Amino acid sequence: MSVTSPSPETGASQPRFDLAKTDDTLIVGPTYAAAKKIFPQKTSGTYRRIKWLVLFVTLGIYYFLPFVRWDRGPHAPGQAVLVDLEHRRFYFFFIEIWPQEVYYFTGLLIIAALTLFLMNALAGRVWCGYLCWQTVWTDLFMAVERWVEGDRRERMQLDAAPWSARKIGKRALKHFIWLMIAWWTGGVWVLYFADAPTLVTQLATLQAPSIAYTWIGILTFTTYIFAGHMREQTCLYMCPWPRIQAALTDENALNVTYRYDRGEPRMSVKKAAAVRKAGEIAGDCVDCNQCVHACPTGVDIRHGPQLGCIQCGLCIDACDTVMRKVGRPERLIAYDTDINIKRRAVGLPNVYRFVRTRTVLYVVLISLIAGGMAAKLATRADSGLAVIHDRNPQYVLLSDGALRNGYTVRFANKAPEPRTFALAVEGLKGATVELAGAGKDAQGRPTIEVGRDQTREVRLLLSTRESLPANASIPMTFTLIDETGKVLAAAKDFFRGP
Amino acid sequence: MSHASEPRVDAHTGTPTTGHEWDGIAELNTPLPRWWLWTFYATIVWSIGYWVVYPAWPLATTHTNGLFGWNSRAAIVDELNELKTIRGAAGAKLEKASLAEIKGDAQMLSFARAQGAAAFATNCAPCHGAGAQGAKGYPNLNDDEWIWGGTPEAISQTITHGIRWDADKDSRAGAMPAFGKDGTLKADEIANVAGYVQSIGGVKVEGSPDLAKGKTIYAENCAACHGDDGKGNMELGSPSLVDKIWLYGSDKATIVNRIQNGGGGVMPSWGGRLDPVTIKSLTVYVHSLGGGK
Repeated sequence: MSVTSPSPETGASQPRFDLAKTDDTLIVGPTYAAAKKIFPQKTSGTYRRIKWLVLFVTLGIYYFLPFVRWDRGPHAPGQAVLVDLEHRRFYFFFIEIWPQEVYYFTGLLIIAALTLFLMNALAGRVWCGYLCWQTVWTDLFMAVERWVEGDRRERMQLDAAPWSARKIGKRALKHFIWLMIAWWTGGVWVLYFADAPTLVTQLATLQAPSIAYTWIGILTFTTYIFAGHMREQTCLYMCPWPRIQAALTDENALNVTYRYDRGEPRMSVKKAAAVRKAGEIAGDCVDCNQCVHACPTGVDIRHGPQLGCIQCGLCIDACDTVMRKVGRPERLIAYDTDINIKRRAVGLPNVYRFVRTRTVLYVVLISLIAGGMAAKLATRADSGLAVIHDRNPQYVLLSDGALRNGYTVRFANKAPEPRTFALAVEGLKGATVELAGAGKDAQGRPTIEVGRDQTREVRLLLSTRESLPANASIPMTFTLIDETGKVLAAAKDFFRGP
Repeated sequence: MSHASEPRVDAHTGTPTTGHEWDGIAELNTPLPRWWLWTFYATIVWSIGYWVVYPAWPLATTHTNGLFGWNSRAAIVDELNELKTIRGAAGAKLEKASLAEIKGDAQMLSFARAQGAAAFATNCAPCHGAGAQGAKGYPNLNDDEWIWGGTPEAISQTITHGIRWDADKDSRAGAMPAFGKDGTLKADEIANVAGYVQSIGGVKVEGSPDLAKGKTIYAENCAACHGDDGKGNMELGSPSLVDKIWLYGSDKATIVNRIQNGGGGVMPSWGGRLDPVTIKSLTVYVHSLGGGK
């Protein structure tokens, strides 16, 4: 088979290929290719400082939060942040959440998503560039790599060099430190699921539960692989956010941008000087490729916004350094908006519109959900009542002609001490209330004691001898009352008859 | 087959194309990363591990067993054993406790009820219904009428030995005679006594039977088991005729049919089939449904 490669200029007019002679596929390039090796150059400047700060704060929180104590009394764990899987409780400082309150997490996730959208609408991939764990840990691993093997040029030389004792030594040291960080990362992960000081002692004396070692192993492996080896491949091939992000950005969003209106036509410093002398326009970009060398994902920002750009701002620092050296203004690469580039190209001044329908909507939604959750949390009841009518039979005819309905009642006591609840039943004439294992209070209402931080399920039987209408379905109200007579919770159900 | 020596390149992106083109849109050939390919191979190698470790290949009469000797049946047995261990302490406590003790201990009661409910769904629900609501001829276990007694002991006895279950000599015995079929009572006598039963049972008497004659026939034939007052006798399994609960129905045709043909429902004995702890749990469960005495 032969395929005639058309020249780009005249391709359209030529026959592309002879269908009769084609085989199944015309793919001629490689199907698989090795990932491009990236050796990011060290940079210094504003954005590098911001990244260091974020790295120290986020990792500091991650590594030390499990050790923060929080006093909840003698019967609850004293760890500020704890996922207690065994007892099915989640503790976060003053908040305690039961499994059935998982909607708090749903709310948090929705807020997180909307915050991501908001960040994106204001300043692009802030999450990717500064906050994402993939970025933070990769940054840390790269710092280790740079410390052990040197900066870009030395690393490239070392990579190209044949194996020697020196190369093996450097590589071994790097991987050892990486593994130590990865192991420590996994080790801290498990501390969120058990009392941290106790577990640390158990781990040190090899007496921790095997599940702890398993998870440390898993997290050690993933941290080492993802931060040490996968790096930008994770962002390019695994993460869905770059794809979603591209659909959420707009011309008013700040993004790390190469200001081509200022940079082009790019040329060497010498040539630019000559051109300017001749009274013509020369771009500020000296085509030194420092922005490409600094990039942790290996992209060329001068190609415009792209999937691989995590917008960490390191190219801004790299370019600024060069601009200072060649005596041109800084921020040839900068946080800028698409609309401003277009405006400057036609001589209009910059506009920054942070208040837009999109951003206002995100802020309103975030406030609404956060407000709702805060209100719900502030008024979170420390008791609960649920009543479930028997499905089958719906009603029971007794020998004396009375009708009886059965219910399952669940009392919840979220307080740290045992409590006695009274149950009031309203809505049924001539009702007889039988609550299995119940006592009685002064008003004759059945009472049930529920242990601290527990629920108790009790069978309730209601019967009446009053005659009911056919197909009766009488609305009932069940009220939970504490020892002081205060109404704590209410539930609604029905009394059914033939 | 031969390929072109040079791939065509998309002018805008600089990426080679596959040569496929639709309405002027060319398909770029972006190679997958090689690690992706290796990951794919790794999953294939991993799957081979399954062949070695788990039962996999069918042979002529059997199959490969795998190094771990795992099979789904053994896994079920393991899980059941694990369940037994979990239930061990509570089950052992239940085995020793009397029915009265179980009732007095909230934790034991809840454990027995849960176990009883599960056993009921498996063994009893086909006749008595998922909620023990019963059906015509199958008593509702939620109500307070008991043909053979509603004390925990009586319930336990009924479950263990069944009702009219010939294979168990301790089974509840005693059946309603077939007064009509045996020729003891004539049709008009049956009609009169059926009318009388309706009258004492508090339902509307159908037709115009001679209630006085019916009363006499009742006293001579029925009172021995069902009592002069019609309240029945749990010792004999003869139900009350004066309460609101009718096992077969309160209409005249049904009552006449019962008197004509006699007999009674059959319940198998569970003593040999369920272990004593399960029967105890079932007893507690049935007793707790609301009608227990």
